Amino acid sequence: MAEQATGLTAEGFDFIPMDRAMTAEKIDRPALSFRQDAWRRLKKNKGALVSFWILIIVFLFAFLSVPYANPKTTSHQDVMQQNLPPKLPGNIPGLRGETVVDGEKIDAYADAGLPKDVYHPFGTDEFGRDLFKRVLYGTRVSLEVALIAALIDLVIGITFGMISGWMGGRVDLVMQRIIEIVSSIPNLVVFVLLILIMKPGMFSIALGIALTSWVTMARLVRADVLSAKEQDYISAARTLGSSSWWIGLKHLLPNMSSTIIVQLMFTIPSAIFFEALLSYMGLGIPVPMASLGTLLNDGQKVFQFYPYQLIIPAIVLSVIMIAFNLLGDGLRDAFDPRTRD
Amino acid sequence: MFKYVMKRLGIIVFTLILIISATFFLMKLMPGSPLANAERLSGDQQRLIEAQYGLDKPLLVQYWNYLVNALHLDFGTSFQFQGQPVSTLIAQRIGPSAQLGIQAIVFGVIAGIGLGAAAAVRRNTKTDTALSILAVLGISVPSFVVAALLQYYIGLKLDWLPIAGWEGFAYTILPTIALGLQPLAISARFIRTEMVEVMGSDYIELARAKGLSRSEIVWKHALRNSLIPLVTLIGPMAVNLMTGSIVIEQIFTIPGIGSQFVNSILTNDYPVIMGTTIVYSMMLMVVLLITDVVYGLIDPRIRLAD
Amino acid sequence: MAEKVLTVDNLKINFHTDSGEVQAIGDVSFDLAKGETLAIVGESGSGKSVTTRSIMGLLAKNAQVDHGQITFKGQNILDLSEKQLQDLRGSEIAMIFQDPMTSLDPTMKIGQQIAEPLIKHQKLSKQAALEQALEMMKAVGIPNAEAHLNDYPHQFSGGMRQRIVIAIALIDHPEILIADEPTTALDVTIQAQILNLIKNIQQASASSVIFITHDLGVVAGVADRVAVMYAGQIVEIGTVDEIFYFPQHPYTWGLLNSMPTVETRTGVLESIPGTPPDLLNPPVGDAFTARNKYALAIDEQRQPPYFQLSPTHFAATWLLDDRAPEVTPPMEIQRRWQRYIKKHPEALEQRAQAKEVSTTLALTGKEDM
Repeated sequence: MAEQATGLTAEGFDFIPMDRAMTAEKIDRPALSFRQDAWRRLKKNKGALVSFWILIIVFLFAFLSVPYANPKTTSHQDVMQQNLPPKLPGNIPGLRGETVVDGEKIDAYADAGLPKDVYHPFGTDEFGRDLFKRVLYGTRVSLEVALIAALIDLVIGITFGMISGWMGGRVDLVMQRIIEIVSSIPNLVVFVLLILIMKPGMFSIALGIALTSWVTMARLVRADVLSAKEQDYISAARTLGSSSWWIGLKHLLPNMSSTIIVQLMFTIPSAIFFEALLSYMGLGIPVPMASLGTLLNDGQKVFQFYPYQLIIPAIVLSVIMIAFNLLGDGLRDAFDPRTRD
Repeated sequence: MFKYVMKRLGIIVFTLILIISATFFLMKLMPGSPLANAERLSGDQQRLIEAQYGLDKPLLVQYWNYLVNALHLDFGTSFQFQGQPVSTLIAQRIGPSAQLGIQAIVFGVIAGIGLGAAAAVRRNTKTDTALSILAVLGISVPSFVVAALLQYYIGLKLDWLPIAGWEGFAYTILPTIALGLQPLAISARFIRTEMVEVMGSDYIELARAKGLSRSEIVWKHALRNSLIPLVTLIGPMAVNLMTGSIVIEQIFTIPGIGSQFVNSILTNDYPVIMGTTIVYSMMLMVVLLITDVVYGLIDPRIRLAD
Repeated sequence: MAEKVLTVDNLKINFHTDSGEVQAIGDVSFDLAKGETLAIVGESGSGKSVTTRSIMGLLAKNAQVDHGQITFKGQNILDLSEKQLQDLRGSEIAMIFQDPMTSLDPTMKIGQQIAEPLIKHQKLSKQAALEQALEMMKAVGIPNAEAHLNDYPHQFSGGMRQRIVIAIALIDHPEILIADEPTTALDVTIQAQILNLIKNIQQASASSVIFITHDLGVVAGVADRVAVMYAGQIVEIGTVDEIFYFPQHPYTWGLLNSMPTVETRTGVLESIPGTPPDLLNPPVGDAFTARNKYALAIDEQRQPPYFQLSPTHFAATWLLDDRAPEVTPPMEIQRRWQRYIKKHPEALEQRAQAKEVSTTLALTGKEDM
């Protein structure tokens, strides 16, 4: 009863003075800008975050290694060092430069009569070229092609989508038909036709990839423009007499940035995939350049005997693709305010 | 419905004419002719062969002839295989390609539905995590990498299945898996997301309030509602599949139109390139049309308007 | 007293969330007599839906019953297995949902959706179940029902869909019908039709109804008794007349005051200031204190017990304590009181003598037994 007694004094039954502040409607969540909010949510997504750092590392390795891995160093051939398995300093199992001949493990490096301090972390290919350098270089070329493709895709897709969405009416109808037609042509066909008339090379491949992938970007941008057009801030800008171009640049573009960034995260890996596919088929980057696809193609030829020559570039390619996809997924979830929790 | 299909068919024909025209004029820009060793032939011989291929007529006449013939599936004769009509070459090889494509999409979609539904029902468990990892791998890792790895480990190392060729069902298994993995991953992911959303919907709550058991709810209400929109994905999946099949056919040396296409590109066999291009586009558009019509038929909410 | 169909006794339910333990409802008790309609009124988040979901055994996975019981036909619903609950749901206890636009499976013919509970519970053949479904469609007023048996939900208007949802709920003649804001998503003109339908059906079938709403206006026409919920607790419960014309809790005053009537003269719509409390960290004392113009110092320290005014009327407010100062309710409430006192001269006397009661026993009427 002691507990019950507390507060049950006569004063306890006085009114609380009227002038106390009534709790007004308040918003408990701290105000976060859209970008801060997205970043906060992205950081929670471990897969996306790890992917982000993996991609940073891949980019750094690929683009800072120019002096070390370039067409000159990667095409350095050495008949003494053909098809050597991976070897690293230190006694790491699997990286001792050993091959199995007639069920017996032998040191391939010693067998080739090489000094003890020769190391090839990824091994060498049939011409004795260092695979580590070739993978670095190939990754760089693949990324370059993908980035150029993404850039072209961006320009065509955004322009097309914005015009189509903003103009509406007959223009939109015709542009939508064009999209329908383009998307009913198999990508590879467009691509092959383009490669046939243009010389195979980085730019033509990138252009080919962009020409087949801008449709998705255009569709998304158009949808964004259509919904933005209905919103009050755009009407306000129009009423105030802003020109269409100004509205497009100043208001629409920033508001579509999340859609565009997310879509880019999917365009880039698909460009990498396409480039690899073409090079793998022998229609891609011409020698002496090399891309991950070229390396895969080379590896495929000898994979029965030297599987590492196929598996290493395959892993690098897959890791890049997975990282982009996971980051793309993460960004999409982060930008989607419906999932705010 | 009939009107809708007719309209779509009209668009398909129009698109085909565009594609045929584009390929025709692109090919005319190409260097090279059917006369691989032209310089060694006399003028008469050259003219004879040119007449045989109809190359002596004015460009517009050539174009018109090609267009009319192409719409009748006549794409001229191959440069590489002298005297062989392109349509025959394609017809001979379309069987394995079609079989592979259909097998891959059926395997991928059915396995994907099962795995996706399992993940949705066991949401936030280890099964779910494992399946979502599998889905990311399936979507990210290129089919030709999977193909090469399967060939090496299953075919060569374990010697369970034939490495290459096309001589029976066993030969189709590895390429089907390699090609079907992406549709599998895409449908698994789609079904999972869709089912999770459906399971949280009001009508599932109502189904629970009716006293239905969990499995009754999943089978009678949730799965059906998740499956319908999956149909819309089959079209885009088919597009990817066609692209992928070209290289898969090469890896497993399957005598399909894909490997023939690659071969024709490498040998500048323009009639075959053009013919295959047109056939690919045709197949794709028909698949897209079929999936749209099927979607309209199975979703009571969609009534295909004009 | 009429036969009791359902007794909710001292029910407390918590939700586990990432941010911590949320107290969804705390110590809720009420009972439901046969053929009676009980309205539960409260703002969103006041716990009214959690209460009814727990009666159906449809609580979310992260919900945990801390203590209490729900007695239906001599058994505690909270102890039942999933299988037993399934037998109960849609058969003995059925539910009408809030939004008819989303409550029906878009890919299933409505005849089949209505027949489903019969096939499940009565093990009827599909044919026989569909025949009964057709009868039910006629009963809930779907015109030309035969022609619509094989239609899909999207072919119906919102009002018609709600009739279908009602048909689903009633098809197996439930003992208890829970209507969760059945008219909120409907046009005002349709609302009255649906309310009448529910009322007529209830009178015809003598089933008991729990009617959840945030709109006091809807309550007057349908309910026998009203429970007002705030922040997971019933703050006042009584007959419709008692709640509407002799309300005691300042929150009930606020609700009535913010409801415009033809007599509203001031031209200003009253509102209750502030928002409901954060149930993650429920305030000490009376949860309504922060928004209460009539708060006493003790409200900030101790949760008020229930005070009983009449055999049916209970309110949890310190204002009814003997030591509390005399209080002057808002004008609108005073008018309502005057009207009530004219009819029930003993009312003020009852108020003055209102005595503190232990929560559960009184509310579930166990004292009578």
